[in-house]
Amino acid sequence: MYLSSLLLLPLIGSAVIAALPAGRTLLAKQIALGTSVLTALLGIAMALQFDRALGTFQFVESHEWITSFGVKYGLGIDGTGLVLILMALFLAPIVILASWNEGQGGRFSQKAFFALLLVLETFMVGVFAATDVFLFYVFFEAMLIPVYFLIGSFGGPNRSYAAVKFLLYSLLGGLLMLAAVIGLYVLTKSQFGAPTFDVTELSALNIDQNLQRWLFLGFFIAFAIKAPMWPLHTWLPDAASAATPGTAILLIGVLDKVGTYGMIRYCLPLFPEASHYFAPAIVVLAVISIIYGAILAIGQKDLKRLIAFTSISHFGFIVLGIFAMTSTAGAGATLYMFNHGFSTAALFMVAGWMISRRNSSTIADFGGLQRVTPVMAWMFFIAGMSSLALPGLSSFISEVLVLVGAYQTYPVAAIISTFAIVLAALYILIVVQRSLHGPIAPGNETLPDLTTRERVAIAPVIAIIIFLGFVPSVLLNVINPTVSHTLMQVQATEPTPTAGE
Amino acid sequence: MNPNNYLVLSALLFSIGAIGVVLRRNAIVVFMCVELMLNAANLAFVTFARLLGNLDGQVVAFFTMVVAACEVVVGLAIIVTIFRSRRSASVDDANLLKY
Amino acid sequence: MEATHALASGTSSLLVWLIALPALGATILLLAGRRSDKWGHLLATGLSGASFVVGVVELFKMLSRDGESRGVAQHLFTWINAGSFRVEAGLLLDQLSICFVLLITGVGTLIHVYSIAYMEHDHDRRRFFSYLNLFIAAMLLLVLGDSFLNLYVGWEGVGLASYLLIGFWNQKPAYATAAKKAFVVNRIGDMGLSFAIMIAFTAFGTVSFQGVADHAGPDHKQVMTWMGLALLLAAAGKSAQFPLQSWLGDAMAGPTPVSALIHAATMVTAGVYLITRSNFVFDSAPTAQLMVVIVGVVTLLFGALIGTAKDDIKKALAASTMSQIGYMVLAAGLGPAGYAFAIMHLLTHGFFKASMFLGAGSVMHGMNDEVDMRKFGRLRVAMPITYLTFGLGYLAIIGVPPFSGFFSKDKIIEAAFNAGGARGWIIGLAALLGAAITAFYMTRVMVMTFFGQKRWADDAHPHESPKLMTAPIIILSVGSIAAGALFAFGSSLQQWLEPVVARGFVEGEPALPPIIVSIMALVAVALGVALAYVKYVRVPVEAVAPANVSIWTRFARRDLLQDAFNEAVFMRPGQYLTRALSFFDRKVVDGAVNGTGALFGGLSVRVRRVQTGYVRTYALLILFGAALVLAAMLAARI
Repeated sequence: MYLSSLLLLPLIGSAVIAALPAGRTLLAKQIALGTSVLTALLGIAMALQFDRALGTFQFVESHEWITSFGVKYGLGIDGTGLVLILMALFLAPIVILASWNEGQGGRFSQKAFFALLLVLETFMVGVFAATDVFLFYVFFEAMLIPVYFLIGSFGGPNRSYAAVKFLLYSLLGGLLMLAAVIGLYVLTKSQFGAPTFDVTELSALNIDQNLQRWLFLGFFIAFAIKAPMWPLHTWLPDAASAATPGTAILLIGVLDKVGTYGMIRYCLPLFPEASHYFAPAIVVLAVISIIYGAILAIGQKDLKRLIAFTSISHFGFIVLGIFAMTSTAGAGATLYMFNHGFSTAALFMVAGWMISRRNSSTIADFGGLQRVTPVMAWMFFIAGMSSLALPGLSSFISEVLVLVGAYQTYPVAAIISTFAIVLAALYILIVVQRSLHGPIAPGNETLPDLTTRERVAIAPVIAIIIFLGFVPSVLLNVINPTVSHTLMQVQATEPTPTAGE
Repeated sequence: MNPNNYLVLSALLFSIGAIGVVLRRNAIVVFMCVELMLNAANLAFVTFARLLGNLDGQVVAFFTMVVAACEVVVGLAIIVTIFRSRRSASVDDANLLKY
Repeated sequence: MEATHALASGTSSLLVWLIALPALGATILLLAGRRSDKWGHLLATGLSGASFVVGVVELFKMLSRDGESRGVAQHLFTWINAGSFRVEAGLLLDQLSICFVLLITGVGTLIHVYSIAYMEHDHDRRRFFSYLNLFIAAMLLLVLGDSFLNLYVGWEGVGLASYLLIGFWNQKPAYATAAKKAFVVNRIGDMGLSFAIMIAFTAFGTVSFQGVADHAGPDHKQVMTWMGLALLLAAAGKSAQFPLQSWLGDAMAGPTPVSALIHAATMVTAGVYLITRSNFVFDSAPTAQLMVVIVGVVTLLFGALIGTAKDDIKKALAASTMSQIGYMVLAAGLGPAGYAFAIMHLLTHGFFKASMFLGAGSVMHGMNDEVDMRKFGRLRVAMPITYLTFGLGYLAIIGVPPFSGFFSKDKIIEAAFNAGGARGWIIGLAALLGAAITAFYMTRVMVMTFFGQKRWADDAHPHESPKLMTAPIIILSVGSIAAGALFAFGSSLQQWLEPVVARGFVEGEPALPPIIVSIMALVAVALGVALAYVKYVRVPVEAVAPANVSIWTRFARRDLLQDAFNEAVFMRPGQYLTRALSFFDRKVVDGAVNGTGALFGGLSVRVRRVQTGYVRTYALLILFGAALVLAAMLAARI
């Protein structure tokens, strides 16, 4: 019942907040923080009972929901799901703490902001825990609602445009996925006699080649929009720069992972033949995303857009790792999802604080912060180093794993992607130089350094980034069995050393 | 029997009604033309019922009458309300629902 | 070469402390912040010294064992275990790494001591010391890591420390830019290390030195060649070798002790360490070795030529560093015949170049941070100790016997001639030419700084530096006098390193008798010194750099156009590409998206015109519709 409790707890919290009389903002924040911390603790308790040796679903719950369609309320997690749920659960209280003063001046009250955050948390857990494709689809689409309001009602100047763009993009993907889900329904009905949406049963389907490719595309395009992959990425910079930093963290850090998670959970095991067929094309798109995102990040003048473009580059790495179909790259991709969540969270948090202090998100307005606000500058620097995958920080390990694993199957793609480490140095160091170094820019002389609340919010993120740089095995031990299970389902052959013994 | 005369009459009535609906401006007249078209249809129904020795057409004709009566109730009420507020029963004056 | 040899035969639990002590210092100082301003420098120096003590203890333990079983390892934990990719966090200390450990911690500690005085008036001295400790820890990890990936961590760690230290005074935009440039160019080199790791894992399923060494041999020549070239790229980036040399000159923006420690004695020589450590790769790949030699020769001449035109004392020394590392790389490219000499030159260079850089720092300290040698002159009177120690370093670097540089450089030139055939003659003569130019530009530096007329500004009051600064310089000078003879005596360093880098290697007949090579080298040095004498002693040095100089001098002053080249070939097109792609993204990719939206918007504006609001229009439309449906039905009938 762990998973259902994880789903219910934030929902109850948000209901309580919604029921509060207007004006009790502080209480609403405290309830939001308390609920999310409680949920995170529950998540840790669950993780401790997780059996690391298994590659299959655990904590399974299954109840009939819509019997005539064979739809079940089915929950369960494997290593990948656990890692991503933990990431979402950790980030939620951090985001709430970091955005304590956000949501003012929005279309709705600050209370609504925090209630929406909690609702979003529920859906995020649900989407990673669902084992029923229909339930997954419901969560997948339901997630859009709180995010739409979080961007459209509480964001910056361009929020309406960004929110609608985000919504339309996502709905388009959702529509294609719905078509593919219906296709699966028809298939199960004819092959099994009774319809089912259970992902484990679905992987036993025998789908003919042509149909498999179409269904694969239906799922994949939906996930590629979410992930976001070139050329379906343009909603992300707009959404990320219009949203409040807290929303942006959840949007890029957690929500977009649904795309790459979906590729692992649905695209690969359900459509093995199509996955192999499309893999080279997808790898090419991933490499384009990596290089394209990095180059565009170099050219950005806006802090938040820059971070958004770095994420497009990083998502390219994740997709490359998934479709390289080796155990090393696969484990690297899953680890990358977790690490990227935290490094982006750190970047967005500090960027958000910088922006709210300076009232501008233009990089050129900053300068010399290292001597005005040393702690904030250090935090930004460490977050940036994590983004450029400095060894000793968590993202280094995932990036190396993806590159090394991808080289086994797609050497050229891996070599081209390696150029991104130089581009990453450029996009991070340029913004570091412009905002932290140099003479103190006019208007920055009296900016206050981080407050205690802000330090408490960022400390765990930095700690996790450094800790996982040295002890990644905590997560890798959980991820490995799941990855090999997925690779078995997709019938990938693990490459052996070419030189032999 | 030879239905031709009845059907020709029905067609004539229907055409007059249709032309009236399209061309006249006064809402009451338009309304009456609609009634004319309904009754033309009724005539055709009854004719065919008689021709085929089947009661279905007659039944439909009764339905049409009932519907027409309901329509009159609602329609006249609307026309009267519009007339009250705008001092005119011309359909061209009421184009509030355009794009 | 037999591949069955184990790199490490014993274990030692002390190794981790070598790294942990300075790492601890860096962590404490960074976390404690301003609270540790008072004692931070002492803690950092103490921890660096403690690490040196551990190194000495390990050296004695090593000496007590025989040659083949001197290597020790320490396994810490399983670092990465993902799918088939497995990397242990393990340390390896053998005859090769102990040389580096002692150099890093020894010279490092001396420079810590020096910096206490040098940075005394800097508001951020504590931060400086935390970076120094971070550097020591990272550099030790680099030389102690037992796999390419562990080495990579230290490799980028020293890059980070170098970035932080070059940009220590980053409130000046030029310094911040120099730091960024160093990091980015280094990252280009790091790509090479990434490639090597990818190749090694794909081919051999492992990235540990031992694992790759087990596959060494002619069987995997192609793999080893690619790996060797990738490693060469990495080495070129870190060691400022052609074509990635451009960052080193700008790196002189950092405080002078940093230039001495990182950009002369230790970090920049990491490329030589990498090549020597990967000897099993290069020995199986003659093509890669040839490339190493070419890179070394080109750089040694390139750096030497730049050195002849620099008026900034630190930049002149930096150019010299580049050139000297060229010698080391050249030696390392010669295979088992050269590895030991590469390391020998690396160690002696560590001593004399560090002492000269510290001397330059001492001069700057006394001259209000002036670096232009044209504003020096006749400083030997004002700064006798600095003059003396710098002079010893000078004699060592140009290779005057019996100072250390003579032994190490002579050996490299000798080995170059011994490479055999035309190749041997070409690289041998190039090395000789380099020696002559070195003698020229170092004499120039010496003369311009310490001899001739005084040219300094009126407000400069040159004075000798405090004892805390001169003591480390003196100790290093002792090294630059004695180290060469010590290492060369009875080929002691060669024999010491033999089990690691030249197992089973038998020296062939030398192409030229050693004594002839030595004489040729000395003649070359004498020529260089004589030329410098003619140009800079006979003719007084001008206080302002003359403008009407030959095109060659201008060429050398602009670093042989390296920056102009990089700017024209990489930077400008890169910026253009960035702008073009931004435009493409906004107009084409996002334009297609917004265009779709605009298309539907425009269509709906057109289509809704049909809704006139007139009842009769609707009625007419219905009528036509009904007629159409009827017509269609009838048409279907017929």
